[in-house]
Amino acid sequence: MGPMVWYHPVKTLFQCVDGPHGLVSACPGQYGGPMGGPQPGYPGAFPGGAAQMAGPPQKKLDPDSIPSTTQVIEDDQTKRGGQVYTTNLRGQVPPLVTTDFVVQDQGNASPRFMRCTTYSFPCTSDLAKQCQVPLATIIKPLATIPKNEAPLYVVNHGEAGPLRCNRCKAYMCPYMQFIDGGRRYQCGFCNCVNEVPVFYFQHLDHMGRRVDVYERPELSLGSYEYAATLDYCRNNKPPSPPAFIFMIDVSYANIKSGLVKMLCEELKTLLDRLPRRGKNPWKLRRVRDGHEQCCCQSNELSESAGPLLSLPHCERGTTGPGEEGAESSGVRVGFVTYNKILHFYNVKGGLAQPQMMVVSDVAEMFVPLLDGFLVNFQESRSVINNLLDQIPDMFADTNESETVFAPVIQAGMEALKAAECSGKLFLFHSSLPTAEAPGKLRNRDDKKLINTDKEKTLFQPQRLYEQLSKECVASGCCVDLFLFPSQYVDMATMGEVPLRTGGSVYKYCNFQVEVDGDHFLCDLRKDVEKPIGFDAIMRVRTSTGFRATDFFGAVYMNNTTDVEMAAIDCHKAVTVEFKHDDTLSEETGALIQCALLYTTISGQRRLRIHNLALNCSSQLADLYKSCETDALVNFFAKSAYRAMVNQPLKTVREILVNQTAHMLACYRKNCASPSAVSQLILPDAMKVFPVYMNSLLKSAALVGSVELSTDERALHRQTVTGMGVEESQALFYPRLIPLHNMEVDGEAIPTPLRCSEERLSEGGLFLLENGRQLFLWLGQACPPDLIQNIFNVPSFAHVSCEGNSLPKLDNPHSKKLWSIVSHITGQRPHSMKLLVVKQKDRSELPFRQHLVEDKGVHGGASYMDFLCYVHREIRQLLT
Amino acid sequence: MATYQEFIQQNEDRDGVRFSWNLWPSSRLEATRLVVPVSCLFTPLKERPDLPPVQYEPVLCSRANCKAVLNPLCQVDFRAKIWACNFCFQRNPFPPSYAGISEVNQPAELMPQFSTIEYIVQRGPQTPLIFLYVVDTCLEEEDLQALRESLQMSLSLLPPNALVGLITFGRMVQVHELSCEGIAKSYVFRGTKELSSKQIQEMLGLMKPASQGAQGRPSAPETPATCRFLQPVHKVDMNLTDLLSELQRDPWPVPQGKRPLRSTGIALSIAVGLLEGTFPNTGARVMLFTGGPPTQGPGMVVGDELKTPIRSWHDIQKDNARHLKKATKYYEALANRAAVNGHCIDIYACALDQTGLLEMKCCSNLTGGHIVMGDSFNTSLFKQTFQRVFSKDYNGEFRMAFGGTMEVKTTRELKVSGAIGPCVSLNNKGPCVSENEMGIGGTSQWKVCGLSPSTTLALYFEVVNQHNAPIPQGGRGAVQFITQYQHSNTQRRVRVTTVARNWADAQSQIQHIESSFDQEASAVLMARLGVFRAESEEGPDVLRWLDRQLIRLCQKFGQFNKDDPTSFRLSESLSLYPQFMFHLRRSPFLQVFNNSPDESSYYRHHFVRQDLTQSLIMIQPILYSYSFYGPPEPVLLDSSSILPDRILLMDTFFQLVIYHGETIAQWRKAGYQDMPEYENFKQLLQAPLDDAQEILQARHPMPRYIDTEHGGSQARFLLSKVNPSQTHNNLYAWGQETGAPILTDDVSLQVFMDHLKKLAVSSAA
Repeated sequence: MGPMVWYHPVKTLFQCVDGPHGLVSACPGQYGGPMGGPQPGYPGAFPGGAAQMAGPPQKKLDPDSIPSTTQVIEDDQTKRGGQVYTTNLRGQVPPLVTTDFVVQDQGNASPRFMRCTTYSFPCTSDLAKQCQVPLATIIKPLATIPKNEAPLYVVNHGEAGPLRCNRCKAYMCPYMQFIDGGRRYQCGFCNCVNEVPVFYFQHLDHMGRRVDVYERPELSLGSYEYAATLDYCRNNKPPSPPAFIFMIDVSYANIKSGLVKMLCEELKTLLDRLPRRGKNPWKLRRVRDGHEQCCCQSNELSESAGPLLSLPHCERGTTGPGEEGAESSGVRVGFVTYNKILHFYNVKGGLAQPQMMVVSDVAEMFVPLLDGFLVNFQESRSVINNLLDQIPDMFADTNESETVFAPVIQAGMEALKAAECSGKLFLFHSSLPTAEAPGKLRNRDDKKLINTDKEKTLFQPQRLYEQLSKECVASGCCVDLFLFPSQYVDMATMGEVPLRTGGSVYKYCNFQVEVDGDHFLCDLRKDVEKPIGFDAIMRVRTSTGFRATDFFGAVYMNNTTDVEMAAIDCHKAVTVEFKHDDTLSEETGALIQCALLYTTISGQRRLRIHNLALNCSSQLADLYKSCETDALVNFFAKSAYRAMVNQPLKTVREILVNQTAHMLACYRKNCASPSAVSQLILPDAMKVFPVYMNSLLKSAALVGSVELSTDERALHRQTVTGMGVEESQALFYPRLIPLHNMEVDGEAIPTPLRCSEERLSEGGLFLLENGRQLFLWLGQACPPDLIQNIFNVPSFAHVSCEGNSLPKLDNPHSKKLWSIVSHITGQRPHSMKLLVVKQKDRSELPFRQHLVEDKGVHGGASYMDFLCYVHREIRQLLT
Repeated sequence: MATYQEFIQQNEDRDGVRFSWNLWPSSRLEATRLVVPVSCLFTPLKERPDLPPVQYEPVLCSRANCKAVLNPLCQVDFRAKIWACNFCFQRNPFPPSYAGISEVNQPAELMPQFSTIEYIVQRGPQTPLIFLYVVDTCLEEEDLQALRESLQMSLSLLPPNALVGLITFGRMVQVHELSCEGIAKSYVFRGTKELSSKQIQEMLGLMKPASQGAQGRPSAPETPATCRFLQPVHKVDMNLTDLLSELQRDPWPVPQGKRPLRSTGIALSIAVGLLEGTFPNTGARVMLFTGGPPTQGPGMVVGDELKTPIRSWHDIQKDNARHLKKATKYYEALANRAAVNGHCIDIYACALDQTGLLEMKCCSNLTGGHIVMGDSFNTSLFKQTFQRVFSKDYNGEFRMAFGGTMEVKTTRELKVSGAIGPCVSLNNKGPCVSENEMGIGGTSQWKVCGLSPSTTLALYFEVVNQHNAPIPQGGRGAVQFITQYQHSNTQRRVRVTTVARNWADAQSQIQHIESSFDQEASAVLMARLGVFRAESEEGPDVLRWLDRQLIRLCQKFGQFNKDDPTSFRLSESLSLYPQFMFHLRRSPFLQVFNNSPDESSYYRHHFVRQDLTQSLIMIQPILYSYSFYGPPEPVLLDSSSILPDRILLMDTFFQLVIYHGETIAQWRKAGYQDMPEYENFKQLLQAPLDDAQEILQARHPMPRYIDTEHGGSQARFLLSKVNPSQTHNNLYAWGQETGAPILTDDVSLQVFMDHLKKLAVSSAA
């Protein structure tokens, strides 16, 4: 791992000045009022800071006076919400992730694809070191595009393949400068001058632009796709459509819980909804070079905020004419059940009944069959349904409680390898794999290690799984893990393969069909249906002067430049950090091109190109002005979560705090106008950064508490690794939505409140959501009629927190509640199980954990205390 | 006094025994001088419709290292109720159940006509027969279809209570579970990984009955004598039929220029391991059906690259057969494991190219299994041969027996040197074991896991009596064969054959000894020795050894004047022997030219297990001639018998050739047989066909049936067998019109005999 910003010792002390957008806070002397419902005695306060911070209050401070995230979000929504954001300007800062806006691609990639920590890079590495603001971009290459935005075009140059710079291999993009009457072009990235191929020649207009600039997506858009030629395919063979393999643990626990029966039942319908060619949600449009076909622009295109392109010869659709709305999915499916041995199934279409093939040799896994294992669901429907009917019965009397795990992944991978395709494994697993086999795990959860230097070992995966994930990535095998544990399962190890292969992990503790069934099925459906690309390699190219140095994400790095991914779905994002090589020029700015080579669900090889141009400035003020807090938090979270495997958590937290102070101190010293030292001055674009940072410090992974399950912490850590900015924003600052006084008519979701207990009221009803969990908090004094309307019980006392106690009722309140819930779940990649929490109830604890402005339930300072502490650090740095 | 011919025939009919000498030379020295050792062909389960088995236990000699069975040759003191063992002279009291014994009330085993007697004995629980099919799926669809049908058909031939199992293999090995309903279930093994018997059982879930619940089956009702993979035919008949009909070709793609990956070695080892773990010491047949050579894993015979051809004799002689030694060793180890548990292995190999029989032959040779070699499963040769495996005898019982052990006891002047046949040694070094080994020696007990009524072993003895301690005149030597086996109706049986021959002083009674010579048996016995040697020695060495033996025999018994070949005469009892040797020298058992290693193995396999008649046919094929001049007649196996106006029927055991002479062929072509006025021609054409049918009906394995004519390419089968009395070299010199010249440089019988005479009479020898 290369050195990161936060390793840099603080060298200089800064004098703070108030900036033009600076926010003047109260002096620290006024801080420190106890928050509502203090939690005395919680361990794990910040290193070196907690004691001082917890000092006696001097004066009651108005919590409203410190920067409010909800306010920032609301302001941005008011200012930029509902507007069209055109990407024609270099270095412009996009609206917040929480804001509703429409993107119009005019030469730079949409912020949905690429979002940077700052849109103005410092010109020199010295400046960058001075401010310690990380330079990074979070790339979500396959991000979902809303219906009202233009889908991507597919450019097909036929045999010639994509056009690339001869030297740096950057793809043709709007930053290529055509010269010499259009006969040559200069690469914007490496300045190499290339010949224009004959087929691509076009005259230039009086502005020196090609005449066809608006007819070619690759010359006018920030994002587009190329159809890849055989050179871009594995073994130079066109890829087969990917396959999905369902691997079901049929050991005692899963049978007993009813999971297997439920899952088999669900698969019968789910398999009809496999991703299809024609219904590709990315709505790609295709541009042919041959210009032999012509079709009208559809209404949808003209209505949408598409690019101002006039493409006279274009066609819509994802894979070419005639395939639009294809009835069947090209995805093949396969089935495996296992406990400590594996059962493969032959479900070939012609068979009267499925055939089971048992492989007991788990020490050296292999695939027992090829033909008949991966089949088209439509063709084998009856055999598969027969199988799904029989699986629960076949194992109904099982008493096998031991399972294997690594051999199962190995088997799936070998199956894909044998079928020469990429694909995804869906593992439905119950317990720690203790059966005698490679990858056997033991319970290594040791609470004694917490808050010691050895705590990090809890998060380190076992060696064999690292090797396994490497092999999986090499063969384009993505692993999705659905876990149904009742105790410790060594998440750090079991989640390793999904993490490295671009898969997802879902965990349902003590799974019960009645309680968690819908939640699980919802997750499964979303997961199966989500847009996904396979066997991907991503390369990030930059203009001269800087380069991508580090990559954070659910990826595998074989070398320092190629980001390999067995699969990448629409939610996965890679955070890329940049470092200076040289001085950047304010004039040319900084160019980033991200190229993702992948196989589509229908088995086509594509290149997706995202281009983004940033400003460069020798003024730090410009940098601070165009900072993006949400992106910064995403970066810090990912880098901290990576570091925590190798360093003591204490060190990681210290670095985070120090760097926060450092960034802010640098701003005060260099950008803010002079003011009293006692004043805390924050750059406008970063004014809520401390609350996010504090939340990150208190997150399950980083806070050392014996009360948190190690598995939860490891899972949290792994999940964040692949997250995009939207998700990380919600995770570190949940939405707290008051429901007791909402307008029951209309679609609007009530404005969220600050995440603090103070905002709760005894007579209220609140919904809290962080993208992973959903809580419905019920105050003690909530009006009975509201309780009746929502819970269908007469009073607070009757409300139960067990199971699915929230009914769907036919009244405006209930309907509104459910419409909000479904709206929220619709926004998030995971389904969320709604937990009802009653005030002063035992169940309140996990809820309170998410009130991130308060003192942490498991340790960690309140927002106010943290701000106070950071201020003190800043002052120390400045003196 | 009957002639020796009659005596020999009578003995064979009664006891299934044919000795090389029916008078035994009384000392070791004399015996060696006779050249052909004292030896016999013994058919342990010779069909004896007239011999009802007795329902009691045999009475054994009480001496611990003797344990011979009471027999008609024992001296009995009826008053004292004591019998004397004729092998060790131990005096034994009769058991209490024989209390009523007297001169007039004798048990069957004391009567002379019961020199062979069969006992039904109670030994533990009766277990049903087990048939484990091991099926190669790397076949062409057409072949697989034919095989599927044959296998399905065979289910109806199995005894209903027999246990049946199915293992299929290609790149992987699948063990099919037969008892499950709803879903066809099989356990799959990698085709390249050798597993111990214990591992196999563990992986099949046979080790801990408790964990079988994991496979969704209650474990309690399963008795130890059953297992999920071997189920009674009547229970799984339907299931298995379905399973077989859904049997797919090996689904793994075979790239251009490659052989399919065939894991025969592992499939067999799993079959052996499965039976070893579940049914040790129970009669079981592993039936391997394969359509090509093993190409991967242990026991692989050839790599999967088609550009590397499978080993030929040439490669083997040049030590160029890469996998030969390793594979042979592997299959030998497997065969020995199977033999220890009394299981036999059949190999049904049908392919146009070699299938690795050379390496795998020991599986059948050591366990008494069948080997069948054909071009395709879709031929009547395979189909009928396979069907015939399940043929029944006059009692409606299967002509197969399992888990046999054969023990030989001799009187003290004689010791047993070894056996040659489908057996393995049980390493029982009793007092009657000779130190001089011939064949599989060093033991007096052999295991013969699979037996049929025709299974015949060759046993070789040594006279140990010293020259200076002659046996009194009129003394007799005796041999007792005790064969214990599991009858196909699951009974345990013991068959005891006790035979005796007179001792004769070779110096004074050489004529007697000479006339007691059984030249047919001797030819076969010597041939078996030769074939046994050929397995381990170079071909020419074996031929030289055979020649030397023949010359020595002729010197010993020939009448001649020194150095005068023309004076050489042999007595009637030896007259045919040189001719047998001539044909044996030319036979595929000793000549590898024009035969693949697989073919040689196949021929040798059958040669060392068939009875005397069949063996003789193999050595010297029979030739019948059909003509208008009289009834069909056997003719000399000689090129002079090939005449234009004759139809010939040759039976070589492995082939049945009908050869139409030149004229006959022309007539047939002209269609005379269809004209009513040439009805007799039609009949002439039909006659050999009918006779051939008769032979086809009875023989196992089915011979290859060849219908050819003068000038036909298939005529080579005939031409290569006949004595080349006329060749392109001597035809014109002889100037005769009869017969057909053979294009060969092989010596004719005439030349061979001339050389033999010359060498026999030579004083230099």
